[in-house]
Amino acid sequence: MNVFAPPVFSRRAWRLVTRNFLVWRKLMVSSIVTHLIEPIVFMLGFGLGIGGLVGEINGGSYLQFVAAGMTGYAVMNSASFEALYSAFTRMHVQRTWAAILHAPMLLDDVVTGEWLWAGIKSTFAGVAMLVVLSIIGLAAYPTSLLLLPVFLLSGLAFAGLALVVNALARGYELFSFYFTLFITPMLLLSGAFFPIETLPTPLRILSLFLPLRHVVDMARPLLNGELPPSMLLNITVLAIVAISGLWIANALTKRRFLS
Amino acid sequence: MNPTLVVESVHKSFGNIQAVNGVSFSIAAGECVGILGPNGAGKSTLLNICLGVQRHLSGSIKLLGMEMPQQSLAARARIGIVPQKDMLDPDFTCAENLSVYAGYFGLSVSAEKIAELLDFAGLSERNKTAIGNLSGGMQRRLALARALINDPEMIFLDEPTTGLDPQARHLIWERLRNLQESGKTLLLTTHFMEEAERLCDRIIVMDDGRVVAEGSPAQLVETHVEPEVVEVHGVGAKEWLDANAAIAGRRENFGRLSYCHLQDAAPLLAALRDLPYRFVHRRSNMEDVFLRLTGRGLRE
Repeated sequence: MNVFAPPVFSRRAWRLVTRNFLVWRKLMVSSIVTHLIEPIVFMLGFGLGIGGLVGEINGGSYLQFVAAGMTGYAVMNSASFEALYSAFTRMHVQRTWAAILHAPMLLDDVVTGEWLWAGIKSTFAGVAMLVVLSIIGLAAYPTSLLLLPVFLLSGLAFAGLALVVNALARGYELFSFYFTLFITPMLLLSGAFFPIETLPTPLRILSLFLPLRHVVDMARPLLNGELPPSMLLNITVLAIVAISGLWIANALTKRRFLS
Repeated sequence: MNPTLVVESVHKSFGNIQAVNGVSFSIAAGECVGILGPNGAGKSTLLNICLGVQRHLSGSIKLLGMEMPQQSLAARARIGIVPQKDMLDPDFTCAENLSVYAGYFGLSVSAEKIAELLDFAGLSERNKTAIGNLSGGMQRRLALARALINDPEMIFLDEPTTGLDPQARHLIWERLRNLQESGKTLLLTTHFMEEAERLCDRIIVMDDGRVVAEGSPAQLVETHVEPEVVEVHGVGAKEWLDANAAIAGRRENFGRLSYCHLQDAAPLLAALRDLPYRFVHRRSNMEDVFLRLTGRGLRE
């Protein structure tokens, strides 16, 4: 059997999305609040603290600048946590996936379902962030509404990457490495806290390959009431990461389950 | 009647280890068949292959007339599975476990159906209980109820009573007999002889990935062992039996205990009455068959 065959897309994947949604609904409020605290603390801390020192940046306040970065961060964190810690718990610890495979479901349906769910859940996180930004007057409309599909696409990209790591994990330890060695450096190289233009050229080029950079590239103008100048590139990169992540994750998960 | 499951010369290996080595058997509709074997005999692997969860290297499997694993989605829609580790969903209550599992079949079941299944599992009072608060026996009963969510024609059970206390085990056996009476085909793996003898119409004994014997419990006892056993224990008993081989029958020694397998135990019993050794006389059972076929060595 060729595990690298393209993932099977079926409506059956929604059965897993539904399952995860039903669990999430039980803990909805605490889930949203805990995922909002960190980006908002960062945003207000840096925005007000450093904002007093740097004055205007790109023609707006530093708080406004960092708000876009923290919106991307919220989506990235939510999707990554869901597709790493939560998915691994369901796959390895609780054996929920194995039980599902006893029903008329394929492993492709399970992996695709987890991918879609992590994308949807991180969209909720992005929306919660957007609500807060709207209340404090940092989101311009109607362009901010275009953030909704951006959140979903970004969530799917981070979920795809995380599911690859999940398929390789023997325990939770690998996930700490993923966060320390990949997620945190990406946060610093994607224009979340300071403009990419201030980076040396090699790092600026490197940042083109980091999905978070493309999220922030779109979120900042959309929150400011403008259309992103490089939207086509941003969407293309995120879509490639999302689809190839799912594809590789699906193959590696099949190898894991069949061996 | 068409057989419900036909397995033909199935092979499966993991690296150099032949887990299933040319297994063939078939199961008729309404039959209850037990696969008996020591740990590592390939029982669970064989079960997973029949379900289309694991891939086999060669051979063919037809489940409800459908080719496995190619048609496993359609076949799994019509069967029920009770896995060895219940694999209940700890994020949900008892009732939710059933309704969510129905969702995986694309079914939406009525509250009445859920109540009926919880009643079958003896868990009506616990419909809102979290899985973590159930005893082992309750979890197993819920796993059995979950396997019935799609009203399956055939049910696979992997060691259905391992780890349960006698009360819980008898309750599971009673439920399985109910299912059999209602016409379901059952295939279970076990290493409890008593379970196999009580429940199964037919037993398939596996060892080292092969089928080593097959038949009804009575047939297997008749074919593979002498009808009577005398177990003799004591210092010097083994030597005495060796010296009186003519009446001691076929012997197996296990430490200081000797098992004497006999067509007629009367002469040996008469002789033992005047000797200081402790002894027990009984009829041969599946355990004797099992140990005869698979040996007394430990499997780890």
